[in-house]
Amino acid sequence: MKRLTVTFTAGLMAATLASADPVDDTLVLNGETEIVTRTAPSPVVADVLDEVISGWHYRGTETRAMQADDFDNPGMIFVEKAEDVWNASEGSEGKSCADCHGASEEMAGVRPVYPKWNEEAGEVRTLEMQINDCREDRMGAEPWKYTGGDMVNMTALISSVSRGMPVDVAIDGPAESTWEQGKDLYYTRFGQLELACASCHEENNGKMIRADHLSQGQINGFPVYRLKNSKLNAVHSRFKGCVRDTRAETFAPGSPEFIALELYVASRGNGLSVEGPSIRN
Amino acid sequence: MERKLLVILAFAASTGAAAAAEIEPSDVSYVDGSVESSLTGVPGDADNGRAIVGNKGLGNCVACHQVTDLSEVPFQGEIGPMLDGAGARWSEAELRGIVSNAKMMFDESLMPSFYKTEGFIRPGKAYTGKAADDSLGPLLEAQQIEDVVAYLTTLKEY
Ligand code: HEC
Ligand code: HEC
Repeated sequence: MKRLTVTFTAGLMAATLASADPVDDTLVLNGETEIVTRTAPSPVVADVLDEVISGWHYRGTETRAMQADDFDNPGMIFVEKAEDVWNASEGSEGKSCADCHGASEEMAGVRPVYPKWNEEAGEVRTLEMQINDCREDRMGAEPWKYTGGDMVNMTALISSVSRGMPVDVAIDGPAESTWEQGKDLYYTRFGQLELACASCHEENNGKMIRADHLSQGQINGFPVYRLKNSKLNAVHSRFKGCVRDTRAETFAPGSPEFIALELYVASRGNGLSVEGPSIRN
Repeated sequence: MERKLLVILAFAASTGAAAAAEIEPSDVSYVDGSVESSLTGVPGDADNGRAIVGNKGLGNCVACHQVTDLSEVPFQGEIGPMLDGAGARWSEAELRGIVSNAKMMFDESLMPSFYKTEGFIRPGKAYTGKAADDSLGPLLEAQQIEDVVAYLTTLKEY
């Protein structure tokens, strides 16, 4: 019985693949920076994916074009806002980000390796956690809300200066147990619909689920400017939405679960270029 | 007056009877993935079943399946097999099993279990993202399952 269905499904897939395949296209940023949007899978996913593909390939022609030019990319408006904040002194220490780090371009190479093990703190840290650590401990300023506007803008700025560099998060050594936890979460079938991240993004990427073209759920493009809500969206907000859509009780942005999941999902995209702020539906 | 009362009485009797005969989600018996007997004892309404299959807020089956007969419903998904001919491929009992809990027919199936209330990991309160409370019911009511099954049995053509 099962066999019959499988054959039948395979037949149907062959018929629909043409329409739902990720688009064959190349992304060159501002006519100069080549962005790696498809690449050979890292060892993490070599047994489950033939190729690692950015969500950019699953979006429409116009959406893809918007991302190719910074003047057309609405996400860059928020990058500019963050640039002002980068240079502004704040908190009891009267310091700005620039006072310690120099120009924002100096942050090139940071985004690709986060989330990252922090030896002193003895924990895996996301970029958001590191930003708030600087604010609290070095600037004497209030921490930002994990997925709030200031925070997501700043992650967009820090991401933007690494565009074109390959995602390269470390998963071994002290980060390994966090990574394992993230992997468990990725394959757990949550909620009343009993769907895992893998159900949609590993087993069915390339297919349509109602009106949505399922991608591999990669996070190299975050934060993402979504045409749907006209703002930048943090990666944990996306995780939250996807878990909620399985009719599950979600985890909170910034929770240990989502930090672990972020490390794991990032590692599935090792080798893709950093793309954020990218544009999606 | 009298007539109105009669209607009310008749209605009470019919819903009362249905409730009494209804098989609870945890009591459904599956044999090789099939469910022989009706969940309610009331014959399914294929027209209503058709509406449930195409409705985003109800079965939302078209999120994953294409159905030619429902061509007026836009954006049909392609996660599961096309349902054209489902009524020829499967018996009524098999279809009842598949719709109630597809995991009994297909190991580890991706298809949600529409008549099940237990065994979930972090079940939520519908799509709120909040934890489910005691009111967690099955995705479809017993009679809705029967209606969907009645509709699927009409899908004989490929
Ligand atoms: C019921 C199906 C479903 C499940 C389960 C699901 N997602 Fe998604 N996800 C989607 C859809 C639909 C989209 C929007 C289209 C796309 O990019 O795939 C999406 C988008 C995403 C994106 C954005 C990709 C981009 O390029 O912008 C990420 C990241 C993501 N999902 C991660 C996850 C993770 C992690 C999980 C598990 C916690 C998960 N998803 C579970 C359906 C799902
Ligand atoms: C999240 C995706 C999903 C949803 C929603 C869904 N299904 Fe399915 N369905 C599947 C998959 C996948 C299969 C293939 C069986 C397997 O191997 O798991 C399937 C199989 C079936 C089959 C047997 C297919 C055949 O003809 O061989 C029927 C009948 C069916 N589904 C009916 C329904 C109905 C009716 C609903 C809504 C009440 C529904 N499905 C909702 C994914 C889904």
